[in-house]
Amino acid sequence: MSDRQAIPPPTCPFAVARPALSPLRLAMRRFRRNRLALAGLVILAAVAAASLAGAAWDRIEAAAGRPQPYRTPLPGAHPQSPSLYHPFGTDTLGRDMLARTLVGGGVSLGVGLAAAVISIIIGTFWGVTSGYAGRGFDTVMMRIVDVLYGLPYILLVILLLVLFAEQTTAVRMVVLFMAIGAVSWLTMARVVRGQVLALRESEFVQAARAVGAGPGRIIRREVLPNLAGTILVCATLTVPLAILQESFLSFLGLGVPPPLASWGTLASDAIEALNPVQTYWWLLVFPCTFLGVTLLGLNFVGDGLRDAFDPRAR
Amino acid sequence: MLHYILRRLLYFIPTLIAIYTLAFLLMHAAPGSPFAQEKDLPPEVLAAREAEYHLDQPLWKQYLLYARDLASLRGHTSMRYEDRNVIHDILAPALPVSLALGVLALGLAVVVGTAAGVASAARPRSALDYLAMAGAMIGISQPSFVIASLLMAVFAFSLRWLPVGGWGSPGQMVLPALALGALPAAYIARLVRTGMLEVLSADFIRTARAKGLAEWRVLLDHALPTAWLPVLGYLGPAAAAIFTGSFVVEKIFAIPGVGQHFIDSALHRDHPLILATVLLYAALLVVFNLAVDVGYAWLDPRIRYE
Repeated sequence: MSDRQAIPPPTCPFAVARPALSPLRLAMRRFRRNRLALAGLVILAAVAAASLAGAAWDRIEAAAGRPQPYRTPLPGAHPQSPSLYHPFGTDTLGRDMLARTLVGGGVSLGVGLAAAVISIIIGTFWGVTSGYAGRGFDTVMMRIVDVLYGLPYILLVILLLVLFAEQTTAVRMVVLFMAIGAVSWLTMARVVRGQVLALRESEFVQAARAVGAGPGRIIRREVLPNLAGTILVCATLTVPLAILQESFLSFLGLGVPPPLASWGTLASDAIEALNPVQTYWWLLVFPCTFLGVTLLGLNFVGDGLRDAFDPRAR
Repeated sequence: MLHYILRRLLYFIPTLIAIYTLAFLLMHAAPGSPFAQEKDLPPEVLAAREAEYHLDQPLWKQYLLYARDLASLRGHTSMRYEDRNVIHDILAPALPVSLALGVLALGLAVVVGTAAGVASAARPRSALDYLAMAGAMIGISQPSFVIASLLMAVFAFSLRWLPVGGWGSPGQMVLPALALGALPAAYIARLVRTGMLEVLSADFIRTARAKGLAEWRVLLDHALPTAWLPVLGYLGPAAAAIFTGSFVVEKIFAIPGVGQHFIDSALHRDHPLILATVLLYAALLVVFNLAVDVGYAWLDPRIRYE
C-alpha cells in the first residue's frame, strides 16, 4: 500500500500554464506599468514621510520640554532668508519655515484624507443603498443628491466656519474637516450608484440571487468587491480637491487656526507679506512647491488608477 | 425637450428652498447675536433694532418674513448699512461686475483650454505638447490666490503693463479673468487633449485625411466637435469653480463684486445680506447648470431627455 504512487490530479486539457488573475491583480499590474503613476506614488510617499518626520520632530521637542519649532519665534530680525540652520528661512514672526512647512503638510494631507474617508463612507453607503434598492428609494435619494449638487456648497462652508470662528481650536478643526468632507461625497454617491445599477443586473449577481443569497450577502460578497476600484479612484481624486478647498478657505482667513499651519495658510501668509519692494520668495516658494508637487502626485496616481481599473476609459 | 426644461425649472424650487433653509438655520445655530459687537447700545435701541430685523419674532416667523422679502424681490435693509437695501442698493450694482468677470473668465478658459488641448493633441510628445501640459499642471496644482498674486506681481508690479486692481477699464479686467480662468482652462486643456487623441484614431478621421483634407480642417471641423463634448459636461463644475474663485480674486484685485459682500455679510452676521447673497449664487448656479444640460442635448444627438 505504502509504495503506491500518488495519482496525479486530473488536468484540464485546455488549462493555461498560468493561473487566472483576478481583476484586482490585473489592475495592479497595469498600474505598475504606468511610469507617471508610479512617480506620483513615490512623490506622495516622500511627502507623507517628510510630514510624519516633521510631526515626530515636533513631538520630540515638545517631550523634551523645548519650544516647538513651528510655533516659536526665534530671536533676531525676521524674516530671514534660507541659511544652513534654517534651510527654508524664517517667516515674518521669526518661526522656522521648514518646521512650519512640514507641520502644514500634515494638516493639509490630513484634510485631504479626512475628506476621502468621509466621502467613502457616506458616498458608498448612499450610492449602494440607492442603486440596490431601486425604484422610489432610488428616485428620492438621487433627487436629494441632485438638489445638493445644485447648491453653492462653499457658501455654506464659509458660513459655518465664520459662525464657529470664536470657538476653540479643536472645535474649529473638527468643523473644518467635516465641512470639507461633507462637500465631497456627492460625486462618490453618483459614481457608485451608476456602478451598482450595472452590477445589480450582472450575471454573477443573478446567479447569487438564484442560489438564495440575501441582499446583505450579495452587497457584501458580490457588489462591494467589484466597486473597490471605482471607490479607490474616486477617493484618490477627492484628496487634491479637498486640499485646494482648504487652501482657498485659508486665504479667506477660515483655514486652520494659528499658530497651527497648513500649506494653504502658509501660502496665504506669504501672499500677505508680498510687496513690490521686498520679495520674501522663500515664504511662498516652499509651501507652494510642496502643495503643487503633492497635488500633481495625487492626480498622477488617480489617473493611473482610473486607467488601471478601466482600461477602456483611456 | 420643452417638457424637460419645464420639469427642471420645477426642481429649482426645492433647490432654492433647501439652500435658503440651510443658510437660515446655520445663521441661527451659531452662538451670539448680530448686534453683540455693539456693546454700549441702550436696551431700548437694541430692542428697536432687533424688532426691525424680526429678531424678536419666533424662528419660524423670521424664516417666513425673510422668505417673503426675498421672493417678492423687495429686499430688506442691511444690518450693517442701515440705509441700504440688500437687493436694490448692494447686490444689484455688484451683480453685473461679478457676472462680467465670470463670463470673461469662463470664455477665456474655454478658448485658451481648447486651443492648448488641440495644439498638444495635433503633435503629441512635441515640445508644444509638453509646454501646454506643463502649464495645465500648474493651473491644476496651485490655488487661485497664488496664481492671482503671481500674475499681479509680474504684470502689474514688475512689468507695469496692467493696472494693479479696480474695475471698469478693459485693462483692469485682464489679470482677474486670467487668474480666475486658469484652473478651468487647465482642466479643459486636458479634457480636449484626451478627447482629441481618442477621436484622431477613429476611422472617419482616416477617411477625412484620405480624401485629402487640410490637416487643420481635419482637426477643427471633424475631430474637435466630437472631442469637445466632455468639455460641455465640465462647464457646470467650471462655473461653480469660477463662482467660488471669484471671492478670492475679487478680494485680491479690489473688484466691487458680489463675492466681497458675501464674505463681509458672513463676518458681520448681516442676516438679510447673507440670505440674499446665498440665494443669488444658488439661483445663478442652477440656471447655468440647466443651460449647460440643454446645450448638451442640443449638440449631442445621442442624448435625449424624455
